[in-house]
Amino acid sequence: MGQTLFDKVWDAHVVETIKDGPQVLYIDKHLIHEVTSPQAFNELEERNIPVFRPKQIVATADHNTPTQNQHLPVKDLLSRNQLEQLSENCKKNNITLYQLGHQYNGIVHVMAPELGITQPGMTMVCGDSHTSTHGAFGTIAFGIGTSQVAQVFASQCLLLTKPKSLRVTVNGKLKNGVLPKDVILYIIAKLGTNSGTGYFCEYAGDVFENMSMEGRMTVCNMSIEMGARGGMIAPDQTTFDYVKDKEFAPKGDAFDKKVAYWKTLPTDADAVFDKEYAFDAEDIEPMVTYGTNPGMGIKVTENIPTIDDASFEKSLQYMDFKKGESLINKPINYVFIGSCTNSRIEDFRVAANYIKGKQKADNVTAWLVPGSKQVEAQIIKEGLKDVFDAAGFELRQPGCSACLAMNDDKIPQGEYCVSTSNRNFEGRQGQGSRTILASPLVAAATAIEGKIVDITKQLN
Amino acid sequence: MEKFTTLQSQAIPLAIENIDTDQIIPARFLKATDRKGFGDNLFKDWRFNKDDSVNESFSLNNPKYSGSILVAGDNFGCGSSREHAAWALSDYGFKVIVSSFFADIFKGNALNNGLLPVQVSAEFLKVLLDVTTENPETILQVNLEEQIISVKGTSFKEAFDIDAYKKTCMINGYDDIDYLLSKKETISAFEAKKTY
Ligand code: SF4
Repeated sequence: MGQTLFDKVWDAHVVETIKDGPQVLYIDKHLIHEVTSPQAFNELEERNIPVFRPKQIVATADHNTPTQNQHLPVKDLLSRNQLEQLSENCKKNNITLYQLGHQYNGIVHVMAPELGITQPGMTMVCGDSHTSTHGAFGTIAFGIGTSQVAQVFASQCLLLTKPKSLRVTVNGKLKNGVLPKDVILYIIAKLGTNSGTGYFCEYAGDVFENMSMEGRMTVCNMSIEMGARGGMIAPDQTTFDYVKDKEFAPKGDAFDKKVAYWKTLPTDADAVFDKEYAFDAEDIEPMVTYGTNPGMGIKVTENIPTIDDASFEKSLQYMDFKKGESLINKPINYVFIGSCTNSRIEDFRVAANYIKGKQKADNVTAWLVPGSKQVEAQIIKEGLKDVFDAAGFELRQPGCSACLAMNDDKIPQGEYCVSTSNRNFEGRQGQGSRTILASPLVAAATAIEGKIVDITKQLN
Repeated sequence: MEKFTTLQSQAIPLAIENIDTDQIIPARFLKATDRKGFGDNLFKDWRFNKDDSVNESFSLNNPKYSGSILVAGDNFGCGSSREHAAWALSDYGFKVIVSSFFADIFKGNALNNGLLPVQVSAEFLKVLLDVTTENPETILQVNLEEQIISVKGTSFKEAFDIDAYKKTCMINGYDDIDYLLSKKETISAFEAKKTY
């Protein structure tokens, strides 16, 4: 029987199998950030264990960093303390750190791919659930807890039970205005938030084959929102072209050799998955969420479903929405384009392309937060910043920002925010905030109109 | 890690589904650099009202309920990978979380911190939620050796699954680092022979 992409990469990394127990899986790259690493460093120090392979670790500061005046000392004392600890820990243990202000600094899942740290066929982990993003390269990448961060520090390995395999196939041609974000929001709305628990998901079909690397990252990023530990897309020419010439990618002959290996990774035709789903690209439309988990999504043209269930009702009550109502024309005062889901250059190109020549609505505060310093530089270089400035949008400095509101970028109590991030949980963007997840295009249109609009009407 | 074999305790019912780790411990409390003290902020935005007064209707605040077992709705611990969620639950005093479904990362984090996730059937969860809500004095018994959860003084009981390796770790108070450190030579040999 053939093997899946996931099987091939996983099996190549198994150091040992414990009888009736988990496997010891070797980890190629370990990404760390300020929030989930300090306790792991402390644990190692308390137990007097050295970091085993510091060269395979890369650190960045992203979760609680400010998005304004990054050249000044960080005002929030607790955040500053976490950032200082990260610097100290990295220095002590010889770990490369792209700290605040460094030209390679950025959200961990944006900066690693764009530097070529992420490569096909690898195993990668990070103390952050959206590590699934890197699966876009045909990489096994998943989020881990802090105890596991300590395990990887100590041994470059993890004890794991191999997850089951799931494949989601989407074939056909996407409609005008339907972006990768809509594709994944649609899949999660169809499958629910725990359909993927215990599984690693492969996305297959021509929709993903025709997607850019940025789009594939958006899709894989949200795998965790249907419960899957990670998502993967088979590496192909698009992947190789993206990785080629990146700072830390192999060069010359070494690169060609890698490509030859990477070409052996895609799932064999006769491989069998534990679970399969298939969708039709033509059925997907621009999506918005109406509730407090990412599975509560509808096409922007649809109405909120009518379901009699206490958890469902609690969720609508939090959002102050009613069963059966449409979200079109809902006034919106906050728009956030950013986060590791949608803060790559392509996302800002889409937004700028729509915004060009228009004006932001007066009631709207619109924050654009690039995923990295490199994306920020590219936005300026391509003249997109001028478009945003002219339209009244605020381009901020890179970081996680309003995605989880650990810094000052908080959506006020009771306000709605149309956001390109990945989680609409209660209070995720600030205490009492109400998040509506959408694509960068829907977010841009909302900012211009000051309310949710049927973007499909404008496009066709 | 503390050892875990058996536990008898009253339980606190929390009949909400899809409780995500942002509710268990909101992001604004993740700025600490050690593992202690997170219990104070457990379920912060549910335990306290907007004006910081205590939300009396939330089950953790209801004086009727106490104990070191939390009985929660389906799909507990989804969302962020923050281990702070497991630390907050432990620090607050919970030793066992019962639900009909746990998100992967949360389950691993809990086990790595000596907090036992007990997954039961949807029917049994309903029984547990009902008996603990109606009669807060009810005692639940969790036996890890035998992998059984039961309601004391009744015939209600159910077996639960746990990975054999993790069970040994919990019972003996070992963690994965101890095991992995014992494998360093095998790991180095693997690195030398990598095929990819
Ligand atoms: S942008 Fe949001 S989801 Fe992504 S790593 Fe940062 S906090 Fe996590």
